[in-house]
Amino acid sequence: MSAISEPALQVPAAPKSNGYWTTVGRRLLRDKLSVLCGSILLAILLAALFAPWLGVADPYQGSMIRRLRPVGTPNYILGTDELGRDMLARLIYGGRLSLLTGILPVFLAFIVGTTLGLIAGYAGGKLNTIIMRTVDVFFAFPSVLLAIAISGALGAGILNSIVSLTIVFIPQITRVAESVTTGVRNRDFVEAARASGADTLTIMRVHMLGNVLGPIFVYATGLISVSMILASGLSFLGLGTKPPEPEWGLMLNTLRTAIYANPVVAALPGVMIFAVSICFNLLSDGLRSAMDIRN
Amino acid sequence: MTEVTALAPLEDLGGEAQPLLTVRGLTKHFPVRGDLFSPRKTVHAVDDVSFEVAKGETVGIVGESGCGKSTTARLLMHLMDYDSGDIIYDGMKVGRELSLRDLRRAMQMVFQDSYASLNPRLTIEESIAFGPRVHGMAAAEAQLLARDLLGKVGLRPETFANRYPHEISGGQRQRVNIARALALSPRLVILDEAVSALDKSVEAQVLNLLVDLKREFGLTYIFISHDLNVVRYISDRVLVMYLGQVVELGPIDGVWGNPVHPYTRALLAAMPTSDPDNRTQIAPITGDPPNPIDPPQACRFHTRCPFVDTVCSMVAPKLADIGTDGHQAACHMAVAGSGHSRAPGPNAGT
Amino acid sequence: MLAYIARRIVYVIPIVIGVALVCFLLVHLAPGDPLVAILPADASQELAAQLRTAYGFDRPLPVQFGIWVWKALNGDLGTSIASGRPVLAEVMSAVGNTIMLALAAAAIGFFLGVSLGLIAGYYRNTWIDKVATSIAVMGVSVPHYWLGIVLVIIFSVQLNWLPAVGAGPGGSSSWAWDWTHMQYLILPALTSAAIPMGIITRTVRALTGDILSQDFVEALRAKGLNERGVFRHVIKNAAPTAMAVMGLQLGYMLGGSILIETVFSWPGTGLLLNSAIFQRDLPLLQGTILVLALFFVFLNLIVDIAQATIDPRIKRS
Repeated sequence: MSAISEPALQVPAAPKSNGYWTTVGRRLLRDKLSVLCGSILLAILLAALFAPWLGVADPYQGSMIRRLRPVGTPNYILGTDELGRDMLARLIYGGRLSLLTGILPVFLAFIVGTTLGLIAGYAGGKLNTIIMRTVDVFFAFPSVLLAIAISGALGAGILNSIVSLTIVFIPQITRVAESVTTGVRNRDFVEAARASGADTLTIMRVHMLGNVLGPIFVYATGLISVSMILASGLSFLGLGTKPPEPEWGLMLNTLRTAIYANPVVAALPGVMIFAVSICFNLLSDGLRSAMDIRN
Repeated sequence: MTEVTALAPLEDLGGEAQPLLTVRGLTKHFPVRGDLFSPRKTVHAVDDVSFEVAKGETVGIVGESGCGKSTTARLLMHLMDYDSGDIIYDGMKVGRELSLRDLRRAMQMVFQDSYASLNPRLTIEESIAFGPRVHGMAAAEAQLLARDLLGKVGLRPETFANRYPHEISGGQRQRVNIARALALSPRLVILDEAVSALDKSVEAQVLNLLVDLKREFGLTYIFISHDLNVVRYISDRVLVMYLGQVVELGPIDGVWGNPVHPYTRALLAAMPTSDPDNRTQIAPITGDPPNPIDPPQACRFHTRCPFVDTVCSMVAPKLADIGTDGHQAACHMAVAGSGHSRAPGPNAGT
Repeated sequence: MLAYIARRIVYVIPIVIGVALVCFLLVHLAPGDPLVAILPADASQELAAQLRTAYGFDRPLPVQFGIWVWKALNGDLGTSIASGRPVLAEVMSAVGNTIMLALAAAAIGFFLGVSLGLIAGYYRNTWIDKVATSIAVMGVSVPHYWLGIVLVIIFSVQLNWLPAVGAGPGGSSSWAWDWTHMQYLILPALTSAAIPMGIITRTVRALTGDILSQDFVEALRAKGLNERGVFRHVIKNAAPTAMAVMGLQLGYMLGGSILIETVFSWPGTGLLLNSAIFQRDLPLLQGTILVLALFFVFLNLIVDIAQATIDPRIKRS
């Protein structure tokens, strides 16, 4: 090979291929809608996290003389609520609990469900039957009903609402994780790994996880949209957090008395839930198509 | 140049005369799950299969799809449990004298689907290095070994090491799979339809590579294929399987030149040939093979055999010697006094 | 076919048992003594012990479960603590309203979803498709209780066209099929229809796209079939799947109506559930959830069987 002197004929040295997730990330960044949704979500999240430094009013400080000011009032850009508290501040602070109770259950269910699904899918046999038949039972409840049933039995509270939503999502994620795992497990490269003498844990770590996590992750991001609606719904029913905490679902409930006096302000908390839910939905769709690399 | 160290292959124990692999009465039945409304059934995937593989030879296994070739391969690799039978590697019974872990260094396998047998999330180099790492080799060493092997299978390491499986062609992927198998310094390599999915020209290149590697590393091959031409090209001996059983085996020239079992004859007759003098007069078999869930009684081929006789559906034929070179066939027509009308008479001798 | 149906029914039995177990355990999931809800605050020790025995709470859990199931099989789901009436009677008087709401919503959601889906699939990747799919995404992402409030604000508060809450004038719950009563159904039904509309639009859009890209449609066109004929063909092929999806959605609406019924004070099982939760009426909570879950299970069963009857390819799996 060194005999060839023309530089044009020389093979370029070790082209560095991009890893899977790098490629997916790059494809996702090329999708304008996903970038938009991601930016909106990031903005809401950062605003909620850094609310005290944003210079907005105290979300708990009410005043009987300035109740239900309309949107556009000076100093109260988004108006005030039924107790005269600044809506902008409450919507920003409300993101803290709303996002927490919406996202955390999916995250917890992702960990538990993926573990259960991996075990069921990889072990097969009796263990699979036990896990998957139990999952089937939970599928016999519509998710809203199950969430409300568990929350209702446990009683109101943030922790109870997170627990009940986690229980709702575990079976759904387990089912997806199991079917993805079964699919990957039957691929020849897993057989080849077994044939090279690797033990189950090594195969799980090196060969299964990387191929299984992606699809489950996409599914879970889609669930966040549902989880946001359900979590705020529980609060709306009075099963989540208690007043005077700012939380979008609860705000929507307490502002129902104001739909005659100030309908726009009364609808605002729902706009936030809607925005977050639709952004997660679209982002999940974008991620799904970004991961479909063979196209 | 950095020194490349490979894993030490398993020591040769019995010498030239001892077969590298002895398989005795290997049987695998799959239960087909029944429930209240359909009774439990079993698929007779592999039924009482016995053969030997001598050191340094290539044994071909042929048969239609569903005849148990691939199941046999997976049983040999212990990727699934067998119901009964013995697998003896170089005089050591697997699971007793030879651990499963050691067996998986001594014996490796190349799968048919080159894409499905590589982890899409790992680079080619990582895939090849995985086996040696499992067997305790340091990461840097394993990486060097992987690159060295890439060169040995004809892929420039600088170009290919960091690529992902979907970025290279089918032929290149199969070379990677071969390198991955060789990374554990096996003595026996099972090639399960390893070239079947490749284009003809690529297939020829990979076959030649396999022949070269065999010489270089002193390998023994079990070559599973439905392509009789390819088997003929690469094998020293051949095993013909039908519905989970061995119906004929022997040296490739003996079996191909003088096929005894009607199934072997039909297979060879169905083979496209360009030589008009070589055309066989027997009608090739028709129809699909019977369902292995419910294989025919006695001789499993009797439902499709053009020479079927009463004895064929009564008594199962055993493998019987045809010549002195180890050629055997399981057909009543080959055994004197079997009761088949076409069997050689008692006076005919052998 | 019969074997498939029998198999499917047998498969439902363990699920029904599991559902019963989950409902039974709900009461024991509740913090504290299940007796607390029944007991007056100033009850004496003897009364507590007496009631504990009367309700069987002193027996081991499996025995309690057995007794509970046996009673349930005989139509006895216990007594509502708040109203003192049998739970089953309470649930049954409410379930009719819920079913009516769900059916109305299903009809709207199905009609809108199929129309939007067909249009979107037919004009794939045009602006028409984009509008239709955007509506679908909004349908599945919208918090429906909020949508209900928005509709009330627009149609009741601002325009004063339709009543905001209830199922009849003056808060009466006796239904009649006249315009006065129908008005009460419109807003809750439209609200409930949002999610199924979105899901069916997506399903039908995908089906239409698939069918139109298949060779046989090209062949039909080549044979001179006009676009209306092609359309009819698409509808015929997409209908079974769309109906199966609708069947499942109907189940979700039956079980998940609590938020909408709360918003509109619609006197169905959801509102019943709501009051059961806030009055800590555990027998009522338990009974309502059991009935709704069983409805859902049997609806799924019927959808599966119906689908297998229409589409014979399914029964092999």
